[in-house]
Amino acid sequence: MQKLMNWIEQRLPVKRVADMHAMQYPAPKNMNFWYVFGFLSMVVLVNQIISGIWLTMHYTPTAEGAFASVEFIMREVDYGYIIRHMHSTGASAFFIVVYLHMFRGMMYGSYQKPRELLWIFGMMIYLALMAEAFMGYVLPWGQMSYWGAQVIVSLFGAIPVIGPDLVIWIQGDYVVSGATLNRFFALHVIAVPLVIVILVFLHICALHEVGSNNPDGVSVKFKKDSLSKQDKTPFKIHQYYTNKHDYSDDVVPFFPYMVLKDFVALSVFLFGFCYVLFFAPEMGGKFLEHPNFEVANSLKTPEHIFPVWYFTPFYAILKAVPDKLFGIMAMFSAIVALFALPWIDRGHVRSWRYRSGFHKVNLLVFALVFVSLGYLGGTPQEAWKLIASQVLTLLYFSFFVLLFLYSKNEWTKPLPARITR
Amino acid sequence: MNDECVVRITVTVDENHSEQSGAEQPQSKGRRKFLTIATSVVGGVGVLGASVPFIGSLGPSAKAKADAADVEVDISSMEPGQLILVRWQSKPVWIVRRTPEILAELTIAEDKLRDPNSEKQQQPAFAKNRGRSLNDEYLILVGICTHLGCSPKHLKNGAMEQYVEGVRNGFFCPCHGSKFDMAGRVFKNVPAPLNLVVPRYHFINDTTVVIGSEAEVS
Repeated sequence: MQKLMNWIEQRLPVKRVADMHAMQYPAPKNMNFWYVFGFLSMVVLVNQIISGIWLTMHYTPTAEGAFASVEFIMREVDYGYIIRHMHSTGASAFFIVVYLHMFRGMMYGSYQKPRELLWIFGMMIYLALMAEAFMGYVLPWGQMSYWGAQVIVSLFGAIPVIGPDLVIWIQGDYVVSGATLNRFFALHVIAVPLVIVILVFLHICALHEVGSNNPDGVSVKFKKDSLSKQDKTPFKIHQYYTNKHDYSDDVVPFFPYMVLKDFVALSVFLFGFCYVLFFAPEMGGKFLEHPNFEVANSLKTPEHIFPVWYFTPFYAILKAVPDKLFGIMAMFSAIVALFALPWIDRGHVRSWRYRSGFHKVNLLVFALVFVSLGYLGGTPQEAWKLIASQVLTLLYFSFFVLLFLYSKNEWTKPLPARITR
Repeated sequence: MNDECVVRITVTVDENHSEQSGAEQPQSKGRRKFLTIATSVVGGVGVLGASVPFIGSLGPSAKAKADAADVEVDISSMEPGQLILVRWQSKPVWIVRRTPEILAELTIAEDKLRDPNSEKQQQPAFAKNRGRSLNDEYLILVGICTHLGCSPKHLKNGAMEQYVEGVRNGFFCPCHGSKFDMAGRVFKNVPAPLNLVVPRYHFINDTTVVIGSEAEVS
């Protein structure tokens, strides 16, 4: 066996890579439960890929057959409803863990230097995920699929000059039709997943190059030969890392210490996931919206249309602005602002544990505003909601403006030299 | 020792190079640069050319273009005030038989409209009038909101008054709250930027309308 392993190792660095990125990867020992969501999103990605492959075996990507084939999966295919609900629940679960993962990054300043590119890759995954989720939602070809597609594709029509032609090109027809459904299927099952997998790979490469942040936001690596023997970690850390830096007694190897913690989180996560999967796959119309149980009709818009819950904060921003082009620009700026976060935040203290009270309040208000916008974007339009969403839209952007202003000369607590014990 | 090695290797490379190329100079940076630029340009043109079918195949197919043909509609049985829904190019097209009361309503809130005189090109030339129609009795519109493409609801007999004071009939888009009057003209302070589209159409007799083309000038 050892001989076989050696034979392989000489031709493919399996053990070296496993050592570098898991067995001997230095992880700060104070990582708390907020650090499980990266792992959980990988698990959900695998769930989406596997359940997705199985769904394509019974699904028909045509305007005539799509709705019926989804009904067929639900009623005629053995265990088909479980596979489909794994996929639909997985989509919502993906956004839950990704939003928590992003909030973790914001709390502990994980986007700050030197992790800017890591954050950018993460945001690109988020963007690809939104495209993936949107196109996936079109595939059952229900009323919400159809009119959701109509609204989102129409967004491109607001681009001056080329807009209207661009919309026809995206649709492949003069309206959203079978041609649109077919290409969204191709993008949803091949193109975008491929992009997401590549981006996840780059996200992890970038993470392991700069090293993991932690709730204190202080570094666990020090200048080479600056630590005494008893201050250095007693664990075996891969020489790729120790050749460049000394690691303090604050790191543990990723395996088994972090992996086991992640598995505990996974089992807790699976309780929740399976509960929804088996007992509430529609989640009261939030995960699977009721109008989508009616086949697409290009002549009749449903009474109320909203995107699925994970898009509603941005949808509320779109609805808040009573102008087509500016509304769309506001919506996209809301995402672009997140991309620019590493440069908007000019502070040098990462974790909010050591930042000003003002920063804590600002971040908590931001989270609250995001959730509230989500509520407003997902419920029928009313006069008071319009005003509320306008106020909240301003608050959303004021988070970034305020952060830019105060972060340069922020009053912060002194940082500990080492992770607090 | 090391230095000697380096020298020897360099010499070897130089010999090889001159043997193969037969050139006097050990290497020609100009030729390399030319080759780099030439292959980049040719390769770039090739990529552009190869992208044509990929981009072009995404446009509407010949079948989709053929399906966008004219539609004939019999309007003889329409009641006053009634709206009928017709499918044209897979889009909803509304035909409304407007009563004199509905037509009279068009004048009362014109100051609240964004484009009361239909200055923007959202209709054929024949419909650039207050009623935005060929024959004021029949309003014909593409029933797709100019904001993000939802199909607005027809609100009649006073149902519109909750949205615009004094206007009893109109169209309201449930998606984002855009409002239109009974000529498809958009009200101010809503997300829709333009009036609803009037398709090209003509009457072949008193009770039949053809949607999709204008009458040929004879």
